[in-house]
Amino acid sequence: MARHLLLLSSAALLLGPLVWMVSLSLKPPGEIFRASFSLLPEQWYAAENYMRALTVAPLPRFLSNGVIVCLTILLCQILICAPIAYALAKLQFRGRDAIFALVLVGLLLPHQVLALPLFVLCWKLGILDSYAALVLPFIVSPFGIFLFRQFFKSTSDDLMHAARLDGYSELGIVFQIMLPLARPAVIAFSILSITSHWNDLFWPLIAIRTEELMPPALGVITFRNEEAGSDYGPLMAGAAIILAPLLIAFLAAQRWFVEGLMLGSTK
Amino acid sequence: MTIVPYRRSVGHNAAISAIGRRRTRDRQTAVMLAGPGILLLFILFILPAIAVFAIAATDWQLGAKSFSFVGLRNFELLWQDADFWHSMINTLAFVSVCVPVTVGLGLIVALLIEAESGFRAFYRAVHFLPFMATMAAAAIAWESLLHPTIGLLNQILRSFGVQDTNWLRDENTVLPVLGAIFVWKNLGYAMLLFLAGLKTIPSDLYDAAEVDGADGPLSRLATVTLPLLGPIAMFALVVVALRAFEVFDIIKVLTQGGPGKASEMLLYTLYVESFEYLRTGYGAAVSVVFLLIVIGLTLLQVFVLDKRVHYQ
Repeated sequence: MARHLLLLSSAALLLGPLVWMVSLSLKPPGEIFRASFSLLPEQWYAAENYMRALTVAPLPRFLSNGVIVCLTILLCQILICAPIAYALAKLQFRGRDAIFALVLVGLLLPHQVLALPLFVLCWKLGILDSYAALVLPFIVSPFGIFLFRQFFKSTSDDLMHAARLDGYSELGIVFQIMLPLARPAVIAFSILSITSHWNDLFWPLIAIRTEELMPPALGVITFRNEEAGSDYGPLMAGAAIILAPLLIAFLAAQRWFVEGLMLGSTK
Repeated sequence: MTIVPYRRSVGHNAAISAIGRRRTRDRQTAVMLAGPGILLLFILFILPAIAVFAIAATDWQLGAKSFSFVGLRNFELLWQDADFWHSMINTLAFVSVCVPVTVGLGLIVALLIEAESGFRAFYRAVHFLPFMATMAAAAIAWESLLHPTIGLLNQILRSFGVQDTNWLRDENTVLPVLGAIFVWKNLGYAMLLFLAGLKTIPSDLYDAAEVDGADGPLSRLATVTLPLLGPIAMFALVVVALRAFEVFDIIKVLTQGGPGKASEMLLYTLYVESFEYLRTGYGAAVSVVFLLIVIGLTLLQVFVLDKRVHYQ
């Protein structure tokens, strides 16, 4: 009984800010500024607040930017990392250890440190303030290479030889045989990659100025600074709209999320 | 009789050349498969890392046409810069308080969840939910909670007769409040690490402990669970510390380092110097400091903790 009491109260504390946000997003301005506290509104104002949030700022645009950018990054990462991982795991060649060491060095580097040179690179390439700037710095992931290599190493060499005899090209072996075998790793990596880029504020803040190109995290603070101001109902509605997709995805696919994020912690 | 060694040598040579052919073919394949990606790894990770050190040795300002090498001058400036030290001390204070609190609470929640079987999945999901929240948007929710007049926190305190506080604009409360938000977000992450750790404790250890006289839940906790969670706890401390050093979003959204410089921390200083004041060389020097801290923590995790903490 004590267990439930303690866990329910800590759960209430953790959910508090989110519940408060939703509560405000349902209320008309008059009730928000009233001194007394109540969770549910006397007069339901949800439709007005959410409509206002959606019309005043391009929130759906932010979300679709997030989808476009995250999926492009993920696709590039898998296309680029899997062949390297295969070469490191299954092929014999001089310099292999040196290349693996390079991957480990890449794994050590926090991305924020690279922001300055990458900003200069994107500037010289003339791609600042575009989707390309959001995607380019992340198209190769040292962690992805590392993870896929671990999985590919555990597959039997006979499989690779058999595939070669069957006429598979080396790229065919990577994408049609190795990658499907490493499906748990691919799913875990995908979740890790998508959540980290969906939530990222640091790099978009540096790379993007145009509102139409902003991913969710940057979009929502621009919305707060420029559009909503102290108009709390629509502001909270906007924050809720930005928060919802990932939280819903997590609740719907908890097991995968947990595995993916645990794998990420070993990074 | 002489034929045998001759044959053997033929076979031997053939084997050697077969291995040689395989090497050559593997090498060509490797270049084709890994070449483009390795090149990108160079351009996007290795060269930028080197460039940060190089830029830190210049007085370059972003956009300026020319610059000159100044050696370690930026690091000297950093060393003498009271603002930088202020940011550094804020960061260290933040890390040294928030990390043990996050990991400690995460451990308690994990132990409570595992203590009995009821509602495990529900409690786990609820406690982990904040970690999945897009922090920029969640910070906006926090801001409304902490708002001096309409915020829930002051409303509750008011009902106990406590005077209003402007939590994010008061230099005495701003860091503790940011710390609380950090704990709010990362507690579930620490919990998850411990839940995974608890699953690896073999149940016969508890039976053995019971035979040895540890039969209450608390003595079982002290003799079996906590000692065996040692490695996980150290791991969790390092991983959460890395996250604490990287705190940025909540500062950017909620305080911009203010009031004054009361909530400036390392990564925010890095951002402001590099991209707002455009003191690129100086910002790069801050990046180098940040990099060394992160690498130090990561190496600690990889080399020292991995070896020492297991089976202590």
